[in-house]
Amino acid sequence: MRDAFRRRALPYLLSLPALLVCIGILIPFGTAIYYSLQRYRLNLPHLRKMNWGENYLKFLTDSEFWNTLQVSLAYTGLTVGLELLLGLGIALLLQRSTRFNNFVSILLLLPLMTAPALAALMWKLMTNPNFGILSYAASLVGFEDMKWASDPSTALLTVLLVDIWVYTPFMMILLLAGLRSLPRQPFEAAALDGVPRTFVFFRITLPMLTPYIITASLFRLLDSIQQFDIIYAMTQGGPGDTLMVFQVEAYLQFFQATNIGKSAALLLVLWVITFILSNLFVKQWLRLREQAQGAG
Amino acid sequence: MDHQSTLERVVRGVLIALVLLFFMFPIVWILMMSFQTNEQILRIPPSLAFEPTLENYQALITGRLETQAGTLDIRFMSNLWNSLVLSVCSVALALVLGVPAAYAFARFRFRLGEDIAFTLLSFRFAPPLLVLLPLTLYFQELGLADTYIGLIWVYQLICLPLILWIVRGYFEDVSPDIEHAYRTAGHGWLTTFRRISIPLTAPGIAAAGLLAFIFAWNNFIFALVLASADKQPVTVGALAFVTASGIQYGQIAAAIVLSITPTLALALYAQRYLVEGLSLGAVKG
Repeated sequence: MRDAFRRRALPYLLSLPALLVCIGILIPFGTAIYYSLQRYRLNLPHLRKMNWGENYLKFLTDSEFWNTLQVSLAYTGLTVGLELLLGLGIALLLQRSTRFNNFVSILLLLPLMTAPALAALMWKLMTNPNFGILSYAASLVGFEDMKWASDPSTALLTVLLVDIWVYTPFMMILLLAGLRSLPRQPFEAAALDGVPRTFVFFRITLPMLTPYIITASLFRLLDSIQQFDIIYAMTQGGPGDTLMVFQVEAYLQFFQATNIGKSAALLLVLWVITFILSNLFVKQWLRLREQAQGAG
Repeated sequence: MDHQSTLERVVRGVLIALVLLFFMFPIVWILMMSFQTNEQILRIPPSLAFEPTLENYQALITGRLETQAGTLDIRFMSNLWNSLVLSVCSVALALVLGVPAAYAFARFRFRLGEDIAFTLLSFRFAPPLLVLLPLTLYFQELGLADTYIGLIWVYQLICLPLILWIVRGYFEDVSPDIEHAYRTAGHGWLTTFRRISIPLTAPGIAAAGLLAFIFAWNNFIFALVLASADKQPVTVGALAFVTASGIQYGQIAAAIVLSITPTLALALYAQRYLVEGLSLGAVKG
């Protein structure tokens, strides 16, 4: 009797600490929702009151908000799209498991393991207008005086480069694992029949790789739409509002404008986007995970 | 696939060389910069031949920079120490909290378990500021704003989902029959867990711990928002360098090198497990 009780209580006991962490997360999350429904500015504390959906309604006519949404979507679309293409290309280059290819793929992990904030700092040094090696290289091919991140017309390009440098290896490593786990028979059959390589790629490789492509892309979409480290370390959202993505804008609203209510509302809009994406992702991810566990 | 023409081999070789150039160049360049004096860095055109100097590292390690204008205190070593304390303690705590929970989620199918596992997973993908900004206000009230403990607690947001989901997969790979047999031989539950389940999954647990360490070390936003000046890790500290007056470019480069070396070394050491860890167990390498 006592044993049966202990057995039933056991899983709950074991997961108690994790539950506490969960609650520790959910409380500030609830607080954020509450703040988002208030007029709450740290500099005007006596004006604090509930204003329900007003913070959200104001977004509709707030050009700052639309700029944030637009910049975030452009950043996400460009990074994930380019990283997918590059990552897939590199994975195909390294597909055969030779010693050299494996060595290269291990080296490519290094950018991914560099803290993104520090990676941004590295590129900041390399694009310094006075002595940066990339500024020098640009001047050699005719772009004198390239201002990189401090020029609105090249700021996005500069942070894109950093993001691509850090995260392309993520796509590459997942797709490479996917490529190498594909069954061999269809490829052997196609080789025997002399099927052209482009046909094999588009009709066999790509369709079989699709679950991996979707998983890796959703993973990156989720991270990229929340990008903070690279942009904040590089330009703090500037010049002007060129790179004012969601989290950078929310951070500045909180700490500089001290408009807590608006900051919280911005983050909740972002949360809704990530929540939808993450549900799609988890479905896909569970499917792959089951496969991986089965194969393991 | 098996018979490549010479042309194809050359094209492949060139492409791989370009890929390596793009991805390795920044690391090599910053490494070189960290051994250069300011005059060497500012030289145009940049030159590959230079007399390496240890001055930059010396200034960081001794914490003192002698310039014509006077002596400047650099607190980089304390940033490095903070990074170490925060990452090691967070991972240790995440392992203590996470491994038993991962075991529970793998062995017993129960509603609460799935809810916890998926809540943690979903917050892994939620905007971190959503939780961090309200926390700054709570931390001030609770007096946690200036402590390691508060930060280590918040770092669980990064470490715990990782440990839970990766280690859970490893426990699921161990057949319950083995544990059952050991228990039938008269051993208690805890002994079985310690003597059988943990040793069988030890490599997986170690890998998850290493990865969690890397992510904790590389984290920027948590400490930027919550850490007071004397608790800041390298990611935040190095950024403050850029705006600090008197610090030279070579020292920034040296600080970057010292900050990224630990994670890069660990990544090379644990590379076999990275694919699995990065995909939270969805893809096996």
